[in-house]
Amino acid sequence: MTKITYVTHDNQIHTVEVQNGLTVMEGAVQNDIPGIDADCGGGMACATCHVYVNDEWFDKIPAKEDGEEDMLDMAFEPKKNSRLSCQIIVSDDLDGLKVNIPSKQG
Amino acid sequence: MNKTDALIIGAGPTGLFTAHQLKIIGLDCEIVDNLDKIGGQCIELYPDKPIYDIPAVPECTGEELTNNLINQLKPFKIKFHLNERVDEVKREEDNWVVKTNNGTTFSTPNVIIAGGVGSFEPRKFPVKECEKFENKSVLYSIKDKSIFQGKTVTIFGGGDSALDWAVELSKNSKVNLVHRRDDFRGAQATVDKVHDLAKKGKINLYTKYQMNSIKGEKQLESIDIKNDDKETKTLKTDYALGFFGLIMQLGPIADWGLNIDKKTVEVDTEKFETNQKGIYAVGDICSYPGKLKLILSGFHEGALAARACFKLARPNEKYRFEFTTASKTIKGRLGIKGD
Repeated sequence: MTKITYVTHDNQIHTVEVQNGLTVMEGAVQNDIPGIDADCGGGMACATCHVYVNDEWFDKIPAKEDGEEDMLDMAFEPKKNSRLSCQIIVSDDLDGLKVNIPSKQG
Repeated sequence: MNKTDALIIGAGPTGLFTAHQLKIIGLDCEIVDNLDKIGGQCIELYPDKPIYDIPAVPECTGEELTNNLINQLKPFKIKFHLNERVDEVKREEDNWVVKTNNGTTFSTPNVIIAGGVGSFEPRKFPVKECEKFENKSVLYSIKDKSIFQGKTVTIFGGGDSALDWAVELSKNSKVNLVHRRDDFRGAQATVDKVHDLAKKGKINLYTKYQMNSIKGEKQLESIDIKNDDKETKTLKTDYALGFFGLIMQLGPIADWGLNIDKKTVEVDTEKFETNQKGIYAVGDICSYPGKLKLILSGFHEGALAARACFKLARPNEKYRFEFTTASKTIKGRLGIKGD
């Protein structure tokens, strides 16, 4: 289990334990954390699990694969530190990861 | 007013197979979908992605699955109402009266919601003030390109729609193209064309910029764009066009008096009926204990909902279960001659 912190746009902090191997998106959905819609269920096809990753973590998590940046073009207010949470797989290395959830997913 | 035994909302795989099941048991049906094409998420979100868990189909893409389902419906005449969103569902005596945003109306004892995660709507600009100009000078689709003649048009986006329109409108308008990064995801040939037109001064290209604010009293006057380094630029413009793809919104379904939890509709597992008699929900949009969001589950749910429709559509007849392998009646419906 790995500790992940989700911060909603109104600064509600949710710290939960997520099983290794799940995605950061699944961790949010399973723990009823608001603001991550994940309409397509993790298929990298909808950009509604968009999160911002803090600078200190952004370079530590595995880089984006093909297609993620394309989907981020459609996300709501994408920034340099935007990621799709369905593409970040939880592991021991991510213990303490903090992500911010945008005000909307679309 | 269109009268039908069952109205299906959503032309995705579940809606299509539900139509098949209705026709097999001798009921007629019509299908409404907000997209301009048949196939739902399969065709809109992942036409090229392989699916591996359709029973008896080791591998197929979203597009292939859709085409196969359409082929399976070939023996039947089914009326599709594409580009229409169901806005209103109201009870009138024994029937539901259903109205779309285009004003098409239906009277039917059975409404089957096979709406996935809702209807696909264009994604909009994050800047709130854009709403003031929406459908006037802030647009998310183009119906009549002649309105742009001689005007300045600022296009946002990096996919094929944004690029194709930038190329097309650059012939008769002043075009600004704004995109959040240097790479475009459109077809390479179009990307090359855009760069070529930019070099020739026919398109003003602003990459790594996004909309920051929009200005104008009665009419749109200018747009401020901002890059990651917080530099801003002001672009005078008559129109702003946003092409950020589509997003699914539950939309008007929320207002039909159904039990809704987390964008899904509660149903029983016998008829897949909602809390409203004669309204069913099947596929990804329905929820019940143990629900799996798989296409195969949608097929099962649709088959059972179709049988439930029979009772309300043919109150004086008794439904008789038959196999397609053996039933002459069903073969007749399928247009198969002989045994």
